[in-house]
This record gives sequence, structure tokens and C-alpha cells, in this order.
Amino acid sequence: MSMDLSEFLDVFLEECFEGLEVMESGLLNLDAGTDLEEINTIFRAAHSIKGGSAAFGFEHISGFTHVMETLLDELRNGSRQVDKETVDLLLASVDLLKEMVEGLADDQAPEEQRVAELQTALENALKTDSPVTGDGTAGDQSSLPEETPEVSTWQIRFAPGPDLYREGDDPLRIFQALAELGELSVTTDSGQLPSLDEMDPTTCYLQWEATLKGKISEEQIHEAFSWVETSSHLEIHPLDSAPAPTPTATVAPPDPAPSPTGEKKPVAAVRETKTSRESSSIRVSIEKVDLLINLVGELVITQSMLNQVGASLVQQGGPASEALLTGLAQLERNTRELQENMLQIRMLPISVAFNRFPRLVRDLCNKMGKKVDLVLTGEQTEVDKTVLEKIGDPLVHLVRNSLDHGLETPEARKAAGKPEQGRLELSAQHESGNIVIRISDDGAGLNRKKILEKALENGLVSDKEELSGERIDNLIFQPGFSTADKVSDLSGRGVGMDVVKRNINDLGGTVSIHSQEGQGSTVVIRLPLTLAILDGQLAAVGEDTYILPLISIVESLQIRQENLQRLAGATELYRFRDEYIPIIRLNELLGNAGGTDDLEQGLLVVVEAEGQHVGLFVDRLLGQQQVVIKSLETNFQQLDGVSGATILGDGRVALILDIPGLIHLFHMKSNPPAALAAAS
Amino acid sequence: MNSDTVQKTDADMQPEQGTDQYLTFCLAGEEYGVNILKVQEIRGWSEVTPMPNTPDCVLGVINLRGTVVPIIELRSHFGLPATDRGPTTVVIVVKAEDSEGVQRTVGMVVDAVSEVHNIMTTDIQPAPEIGDAAQRPAVAGLATMGERMIILLDVDELIVHGVLSLTGDKTAA
Repeated sequence: MSMDLSEFLDVFLEECFEGLEVMESGLLNLDAGTDLEEINTIFRAAHSIKGGSAAFGFEHISGFTHVMETLLDELRNGSRQVDKETVDLLLASVDLLKEMVEGLADDQAPEEQRVAELQTALENALKTDSPVTGDGTAGDQSSLPEETPEVSTWQIRFAPGPDLYREGDDPLRIFQALAELGELSVTTDSGQLPSLDEMDPTTCYLQWEATLKGKISEEQIHEAFSWVETSSHLEIHPLDSAPAPTPTATVAPPDPAPSPTGEKKPVAAVRETKTSRESSSIRVSIEKVDLLINLVGELVITQSMLNQVGASLVQQGGPASEALLTGLAQLERNTRELQENMLQIRMLPISVAFNRFPRLVRDLCNKMGKKVDLVLTGEQTEVDKTVLEKIGDPLVHLVRNSLDHGLETPEARKAAGKPEQGRLELSAQHESGNIVIRISDDGAGLNRKKILEKALENGLVSDKEELSGERIDNLIFQPGFSTADKVSDLSGRGVGMDVVKRNINDLGGTVSIHSQEGQGSTVVIRLPLTLAILDGQLAAVGEDTYILPLISIVESLQIRQENLQRLAGATELYRFRDEYIPIIRLNELLGNAGGTDDLEQGLLVVVEAEGQHVGLFVDRLLGQQQVVIKSLETNFQQLDGVSGATILGDGRVALILDIPGLIHLFHMKSNPPAALAAAS
Repeated sequence: MNSDTVQKTDADMQPEQGTDQYLTFCLAGEEYGVNILKVQEIRGWSEVTPMPNTPDCVLGVINLRGTVVPIIELRSHFGLPATDRGPTTVVIVVKAEDSEGVQRTVGMVVDAVSEVHNIMTTDIQPAPEIGDAAQRPAVAGLATMGERMIILLDVDELIVHGVLSLTGDKTAA
């Protein structure tokens, strides 16, 4: 083949990875019980990988997959029982196959020895209770799903029972279904029709004769009649004498390898499900989607600009103001819908991130001798692709932590009066415009005493501080923190939880842990659904408008003099519920001239970040709105305390504040010597 | 070479072999030039949204048809005395490219734009090794137009290393 296939290589690789994922999850499900559809799915995935790699000339992959496929075929046709050894062997093969495909992507030669070893293991498995079918035939059979029925002409005689109409069936619909299959011509036989005075209008006296031409199998025709077949007389004959008509013959595939009719039946069903899935979606590069989302973002800005102009025009009382307002309202509705649907395109179910966990948990449990029941819920919850890609690693880390530190060994659990098998639950759900992921286990929970000791030792807290239990638990997210007695290869090196936290913060989300000693712990991750837009609270400081992420706002309040406190004359504190929170004057911190300095004139917005509350002092609050996030890095660079910018309805640019960054900036400014000492 | 074309320095003239077109502008009485291929557009002065913790020369950002574009005050960047913005004050929007090929759109506030000159590459003299060492790389060379001297600026160098690195240092400290 002289055709240049390299441009399709990326698509092939992508399909390979998808196929491998399907195989892996399918194999894990096989552990539970044998489901023929599950085996079929695995088999199909293996088969596409084999076919694709053979087309590209990757013989090492197609050869290896072929042996796997043979083994799978035996499982499929029931000549071999599904047992743990076979599944383990196949799982190992999937892993190796993944490496081989990855090797193609980075142009690395696969490790031939390991491939050979595993291939021999597979072959040996095939030889031990050897089944009836040999290698060769199994391979040939597997190529059958690709075949299509030949062009043929069918003669159909349909004589329905008299109750056809009374049973609610409509022959017209049946013929319409047939017409979709191919070229259809129908003649009605009204010979049975009685004279008008004898006729019962609800009885069917008619019979039909039809010829149908096209690439159609007999079952397809039977399917069209499936509702009426029992009560009717139906004759279907192939018209073999009719020569294949010339126009359709040219459309037929160039090599319609004749297939034994006997095997067509089960295979056709497999093929149908496959094609229907493929045709229901298209592959589009993510850049194209992002470009569209950006354009819609522009549209939203223009629309809100028009709204403001329109509102001021209407106030002046123009002649067509009523119509203008209606039009603008319509535009706003359409724009919003367009934006929502556009963002929906980028959304993927969280199961994409969850899928790896059954395997991970299984492997880790085997390694550590623990028994854990993994429960996944809300896998269909949808989240932005970028969020999804970035949440994977933090989730892996948290799950590993739960397995390593949280859940105990079966013996320890028994001693504590708990069931031997631990429970690890991963759940996802939508909550007020955010996605909330919970990772909960019924393990030992956090040891607060140990955490506090460690925190004192590392100087994260001073012994004077009175900390709530919740606050202590969340200390584990501080940098350089680990209470694990010994370092394992899973976790406990003290890097980790802070990285998890930082990754989640970078996505504009928050993370916290709730734990009860002896009962287990739950990590709650709250993430925005998308990185493209943000629910913002507009706040005025001086002449400028800033946007605070709504997700981090706890409460906004008017300052009462009696709750004010000064710490050593410098930092101002405010009594908020049971704690004293520092007041950050935004106009000072952001170097914003103007803005009131009188605390009683403005408002205090209590925000939460990194497990602590601070109060941001602003002049006043404006509205809340969804804003389109624009990166400052595109044309400038990242700034401390600012996560991005957006364009307001009047065309002005407003900065979106980054709460953890602001707090950091505040500490640097109010306490420079200490900050320097901590850094050195 | 035709003697007519040497004297005519119109903007709509096609540059000849070995010639580059420069957009010149005034800044505190001095004349500067930037390669016209780097210029995206020239627009009037409009109010900016200030950004915290940026050098004084970074005035803030504006909305340029949906894109957030930073605005640099060139006078302040070159240490020239500040002045009120008059009717001729404009923003030259340029595209600066860093060493990795990433393009940034940045606006530069100048006193006034003058004209477009064709300048032969051979007529450009290297910048003298005196003056502010930090600013020197931003000067691509000097050209003489009759009586006047034009300071030709390297936009990439000016924006990427001149302005952006200032902000980087400050936030890192």
C-alpha cells in the first residue's frame, strides 16, 4: 500500500487507547461473573486493535493481539471457563499492549523479550485444556464481523390476520420500515374484500405482496414484521434468479468475500451495535471546540454590551423601545443557551477519571493484603475536559492515601469490631454549579494528636493556638507534612497532600477533609464545572471593579466597631462568629487609589481559602454574574493575587481576584521579615 | 536606482530590496521608530484598568475587541519625564514575539506618531555603547533622516526582556 497512513496514526493510537481501556474495564467486570456481552465487548476491542495495527504494518502488535483474541474467542464461545488466572493473564497482556502502543507514540522499540514471554504464556494457556477450535480458524472467524450481506432481492408475501387493525398495528409503518432497508415495491391484493354492506371496517381483509432489493439479511425483514408475525401469514423468499442489478453492484464493496450463511446470524447482531455506536458521534479536535467556545464568549460580552446600550436608549424613550427590549431579551436568552450548550460539548462524564480505580484498588489490595470494596457512584456526572484531565492525579493520590493510611488490614479491622472488608467510596455529584467529589473510607481516620504533634514540630502552628478538630485535620494539606511512620512506595514522603491541594486550587476548586477517629475519613473536593466561565461577585473598590469567585465567599457583612480588634497595632482583626479573622483592605493591597478607608463605610466580604477565613474590605458590592475568564498570560503574565481578567458589559476590563494568592500577598506585605525568614 | 524613489518616503510605497519600513513616533522630543511589520494598529488613548504589583510603566489593561491587552507607558519605561496626555497621544499596538515564538499583543503609549520611513538596512548604525545598560538591547540601531536621528527599537527585546522581566523580578522577590 503506497498510501500515506501517517496522518491517520494519531486517530489509530487514540482508538487503541480507548480500546485498551474498554478491555481493561471489561476484564475487571469479568471477575464477578461471566457475561457474554462483556466478553464480546472485550473481543471487539481486541479485534479492532488487531485490525488497525495490521493495516499500519505493526506486526508485533497484531501478532500479539491475535493470540489474545484467540483466547478471548474461546471464552466467548464457551469452550473455556472464565477463571482468575486467565483474567490475570489477559490483564497483564493489556498492560503490555498499552506499553507497546505507547512505544509507537514515542517511537520506542518495545521490549521484545517481555512480549515473547507473555505471548508464550498466552499460547501455553491455549494449549492446556485445549479446545476444539484451533488458532487458525479462530482468527478467521473473527474477521467475519466485517462482512456485509450481499445485495439480494427478496419476495415477501404478507397476509395479516383479520385482527391486524384491532391490535393497533399499522401495515403502512411496516412497509416504511422495509423501505428504509432498500428499494421496495408493494402491490395490494384486495381480492378478499367483501361487498360494502358486509364489511366490518375494523377487520383487515387485505394482503400485500412486496419485492425488496438491497443489502438486506432475512432477519432484518423479520424484524420489521416482528410485531405481527405471530398473528399473520408471512412468506419471505430470496429471488436468486434475479441477477444483481448493475447500479447497486457498483456500490457493493470491491471484495465481497462470500461468507457461510450459517455463521451470519450471531455476527450480524454484533455488527449492528457497533455501527450504531460509531455513527452517533463525531471526532472533532479540541482546538476547534475551544475556538467556538471563545467566540461564544465574545458573543456573550457583546450581548451584555448591547443590553446596557439598549437599556439607556429605552430610558430616553425612543419610538421602537418596546421592540428593542423584546429583541434584546430574546438575544440574551439565545446567547445564554448557546453558551451553555457550547460548554456542554467539552463536558465528559467523570467516569473517564474514575475508570482507572477498580484496577488500581485491586492491584494495591493484592499488594498490601487488604480487602477493600470499591464503590463508585455518580460516574455519569459531567465535568469539563480540562478539569477532568487535571483532577486524575490528585484523585489517584487521595485513593492511594486512603488505601495506605486509612483502611486497615483485615486483622486490625476484625480487632476493631469492623467487617473484614473495608469500604472505599468515590462519588461525584453536581451541587449548585460545582462538581463535588467525595472520597470516603471506613478506615482508621486521622490521628489528630499525631498531626498536632507533627505540626508543632514543623512550626506550622504555635502551641498557643487553640485549634478546632476540623482545622487540625486540614493541616495535612500543608506543605511538608506526613504522619506516616515509615515511608512506603505508595505515599508518606511528605509531598503529596499539599500538591493535591495546589492542583485543586489551580483549578479554582477547594479541598477539605472530615474525619472521625476509628470511623474513617472523607475528603471533599469542590470544583468548578468549567474553566471557561466563573460565577463572580462584582465588588467596587475606588473607581475599579474587581471580581471575587463566588465559590470562596462565605458571607458579606457590615462592619461593627465593637467587633474590631487590632493586633500589635498593625493587623486589623474582626470577630467573625467564633474566630478572629484578619481584615485585608483591598484598596491598600492592590495599590488602588481612591476607595474608602473608613471601615464602617464599606463592606467586609468573608472569604475562605486554604482552610482559613479572611475578610476582604471593599467599598460596596455590585451584582453577581457569570464572567468569561480571560488569561492575563496571553498578552502579559501571571500576577500574584489575580487569576485572570474579564470584560464587563460596558466594555471595561475587570480583574478576577485569586483568593489564596491575595492572602499570600497580604502576608508578604504585612510581614516581610517573617516571610523572608520562612523562605530562607 | 531611480532618484525619485529615494526622495519619496510615502507610507504606501512598497519597500525595496534591502529596505525596511519603520513607523516613527515622538517621545519627549526624540524620534523613535519600530518596524512596521510589528505594528498591529494605532488607536486613540482610552482609560485602562490598572493592575496591582506591576512596574510603574505598566499602566494597566484595556479591552481590544475582546482581547485583554496590557498598556505600557514608554516615557515612564525609558525614564523620560511624565507628561499630560494630549490630543495627539496614541497607543501603538505591537506584536512582540519571545524566544519560544509566543506572540503577545501589547500597547505602547507615545506622544504622537509621525510617519512611515523606508530605511535601507545599510544606513542603520549600531547603537553606541553608552547610556542605560538595561535599555541598550532594546535599541536596534540609529538611522539618520536628513537632519534628524531616529532611534530604532527592537520590539521583541523591548517588550519581552524590557517590560515583562521587570514584572517577573518584582513578583519573584
